[in-house]
Amino acid sequence: MSISTEITIRNVTFKNPVLTASGTFGYGLESPDYVDVSQLGGVVTKSISRKPRDGNPPQRIAETPAGMLNSIGLANVGVDVFLNEKLPALRKVNATVIVNIAASSIEEYAYVLERCEEHEGIGGYEINVSCPNVKDGGLSFGTNCPAVAEMTRELRGRTEKLLAIKLTPNVTSIGEFAHVCEAEGADAVSCINTFVGMDIFVDSRRPKIATITGGFSGPAILPMALAKVYEVRKAVSIPIIGIGGITTAEDALKFLIVGASLVQVGTALFIDPGAGPTIAEGIVAYMERNGITSLTELIGSLDTSLQPSLIAAGWE
Amino acid sequence: MMYLETVAVDYTKEVAENVWVIGFRSARITEVLRPGQFLNIKPDSSYDPLLRRAYSVHRVDGDKIELIYNVHGKGSAIFAAKRPGDPLDVMGPLGVPFRLDGKFKKGILVSGGLGIAPMPILGEALHQRGYDVVNIHGARNASMIVQDDRLRNPHYATDDGSLGLHSNVVQAVEHYLDRDHSNDSVRLFACGPNKMLDSLTEFCANRDLDLKVSLECQMACGIGICQGCPVEMKRGNRKYTLVCMHGPNYDVGDLVLESLPTEHG
Ligand SMILES: Cc1cc2nc3c(=O)[nH]c(=O)nc-3n(C[C@H](O)[C@H](O)[C@H](O)COP(=O)(O)O)c2cc1C
Ligand code: FES
Repeated sequence: MSISTEITIRNVTFKNPVLTASGTFGYGLESPDYVDVSQLGGVVTKSISRKPRDGNPPQRIAETPAGMLNSIGLANVGVDVFLNEKLPALRKVNATVIVNIAASSIEEYAYVLERCEEHEGIGGYEINVSCPNVKDGGLSFGTNCPAVAEMTRELRGRTEKLLAIKLTPNVTSIGEFAHVCEAEGADAVSCINTFVGMDIFVDSRRPKIATITGGFSGPAILPMALAKVYEVRKAVSIPIIGIGGITTAEDALKFLIVGASLVQVGTALFIDPGAGPTIAEGIVAYMERNGITSLTELIGSLDTSLQPSLIAAGWE
Repeated sequence: MMYLETVAVDYTKEVAENVWVIGFRSARITEVLRPGQFLNIKPDSSYDPLLRRAYSVHRVDGDKIELIYNVHGKGSAIFAAKRPGDPLDVMGPLGVPFRLDGKFKKGILVSGGLGIAPMPILGEALHQRGYDVVNIHGARNASMIVQDDRLRNPHYATDDGSLGLHSNVVQAVEHYLDRDHSNDSVRLFACGPNKMLDSLTEFCANRDLDLKVSLECQMACGIGICQGCPVEMKRGNRKYTLVCMHGPNYDVGDLVLESLPTEHG
């Protein structure tokens, strides 16, 4: 039985559906002793901004049961250093590179994307919309549907490469956001970025991270992330990149079955930087066991036939 | 080279009040390990606690490795309950080692509490390179002092005077230097609570002494992929240094020590 784990979106063919999530694998170059990045479906870079960013003051992380909070503040080297130093190194190790972009205005997103367009070796873009929008008083782009629509339109007009919009789960209806991305020509939506979370010390009565609230990630969020992917699956027909708490092949399979075409592994890489290829192997083993030869047979194969009464009762 | 491997626990034992050591073997790690480096260890395979914990390597003997820790949270309680033969998921060695070269004759190794962790290996490395080595180790009281006859020239200080000098560890350093008169040819290496590092920094600045510090800080990845472990720098083109990747060993003059989070907020 010959098994194919290849997935093509727009003009990028991913050799398997497992990518590293933005901000959880540096620039893909820091852990050569633990993982061969050419064995990954792809590497999504740390969010890249127009200028280098120092990021937030310490404390930036806190551990929670089965999860963690972070307030990194998009610390990154900026687009120039990324393109001149990191990208050439990533090309040498044969990684499929998706550049994640962060900005505080649509012009700035467009600037970073256009700078990237001048360079070879980028497979596509993932747009982090969980960034403060200066035009909108610093409220996140990601919670403003018209802003996401306008941004997608502007960026679509500037590239022929794969364009994925990374959605925040911190909205009432993520499906509406996915819908405007699809309508404006995005090739995929990445679901999801971190949930807003918080933790404090009761003795000192102080927050555990400097920004008081932060991004909540890790195994604890998997069921919530899966529900978001399910909601988006019903709203759009473009490919979904499933993200949130994925640690094992079984976790990844859940996202594929619910309807994601690709998955990203984030927090789990802090425990095992080599988790990506291991998960990809586990997916192949599952396909072998179940006589599945192509991922397309698996993607969106969720069987809800036993729940008709719940659906009728408005549980959708 | 860094490794990710599952080793078997040889032993755990309590060496002072609430201070434990855990021993295991890894020929690959001991072969490349340098003084001041740390290992990132997953207490067990569960999701709670989720992350690895960073531990400086306390002792090495052939392929044997010993770590030292307090039991104060979920992760360390799991360590303390390990039995011989239990698996331990170890990543490392990580971090930039101590700088051992330079113009000094004597290394003064200053540790508060668990700050003793990297000192035995550092002391041996300095000794082998021909430097004199002195250890000054402080804790709250005698029962919390790690008394180890393998430490080179140990001097102790306790807050309650129950062992050694009745003083904090910085006063003990002052006391030692005032008797020793070797100010101009010493380098201090320090590890311990941030408050201790703060006052030692001030002391060394006043006397123009060369001080290297080994920082402890909470980490998520330990290898530079999360940006979770920043400490502010006084100079340089970046505002922050990442303790796991550029540290944990620094020249104290490079750091804004006030930017270190204090223990538990
Ligand atoms: C420490 C940390 C840093 C992150 N940085 C970014 C980032 O720069 N850009 C981004 O789009 N997402 C970032 N994320 C979000 C992850 O890419 C991912 O969407 C989220 O963590 C959920 O997946 P997980 O549970 O597998 O970690 C970050 C997450 C963590 C934990
Ligand atoms: S702990 Fe992740 S970068 Fe230092």
